[in-house]
Amino acid sequence: MLFIEIISWLFIVAGALLGIAGGIGIHRFPDFYSRLHAVGITDTLCAAMFLVGLCMQTGVSIASLKLMLIFIFLFFSSPTATHALANAALLGGLKPELDEEYHGHCFDRHPD
Amino acid sequence: MIFTAAAFAILVTIALALARALMGPTLYDRILAVNMVGTKTVLLIAVFAVLSGRTDMIDIALMYALINFIGVVAVLKLVEQGNFHTSGDDDRGQP
Amino acid sequence: MKYPVKHIISLGVLLFTLWLCLSGQLNALMISLGLASTIAIVAITHRMDCIDHETYPAHMNLLLLRFWLFLAREIVVANIDVIKRIFKPGKNISPQLFELPLTLKSDVSRVIYANAITLTPGTVSANLDRKTVTVHTLSIEAAQDLSSGRMASAVPEDYGVVKR
Repeated sequence: MLFIEIISWLFIVAGALLGIAGGIGIHRFPDFYSRLHAVGITDTLCAAMFLVGLCMQTGVSIASLKLMLIFIFLFFSSPTATHALANAALLGGLKPELDEEYHGHCFDRHPD
Repeated sequence: MIFTAAAFAILVTIALALARALMGPTLYDRILAVNMVGTKTVLLIAVFAVLSGRTDMIDIALMYALINFIGVVAVLKLVEQGNFHTSGDDDRGQP
Repeated sequence: MKYPVKHIISLGVLLFTLWLCLSGQLNALMISLGLASTIAIVAITHRMDCIDHETYPAHMNLLLLRFWLFLAREIVVANIDVIKRIFKPGKNISPQLFELPLTLKSDVSRVIYANAITLTPGTVSANLDRKTVTVHTLSIEAAQDLSSGRMASAVPEDYGVVKR
């Protein structure tokens, strides 16, 4: 099945490029809170692309089932870990670099 | 061939994350980078398992995903409280 | 009996499927051993009275599926946006940190909403309590999109959770 092979190669190449983009992102963004978003790329779409591509390679077997299990687990645990990190940084008193131009008058900062 | 390239790309990403872990100005940057290295390692093991045809190794990737998550949460608890034995049941999160 | 029987059956089916996925052995001896361990675990959980009412809402399948499809589309769109911001030269991010009021009623919906916010790149939830969720966003557009409540209205609300 050459067609499935080519599709899975496309997925894997896309995943690899997304991973490198996220790696560049954590060097390009200025502070911790914006780097969280760069890591978000590698945690979501990059991992999804890789695992779907590998699933197509292994076909219908126990290996692809296990890859799907990794996929599900990553998608439940990675936002939890990111939330825990952001929460720890916020409570630990790390100040984010906010955009001064819009800051304050776009949103009601303390809605009741 | 394509798997070797993919494994190499993952290694490049790990190197970038490792550089951030070494440079990172704050502690949280370092934990973030280590978390990213962990996720990439799961993918690297999965790619290597399919590359070498030994699909039993996917179990190791699954285990690594579990351990990585628990490790990050444990390190955060240690950073936040300074020890592992207090429960952390204070009045946080209550309005 | 504080919960319906279908929660027990749902837990058992889930555990046995997980066992089947992890072992991959399909002869009669191994399957009977797996069934025995599943039944033992379900019995112990039942005896400890800690079968969770929220673990797998089997009656919510279609709504959850629709939400996951919505979330998948959101994740792809948000990824493309963040990648554009990474590779465009110059400073093109405008980080925001603000409190978003929550209208969702049950705890599960609030947790799912916060998880969905974190799962889409460009927005991260940093603190969650009963009334609000503190969100950090990479751009002003993402902040406006969140405060328009489009994602909050897509989160399935009624889980039929049994009150203790």
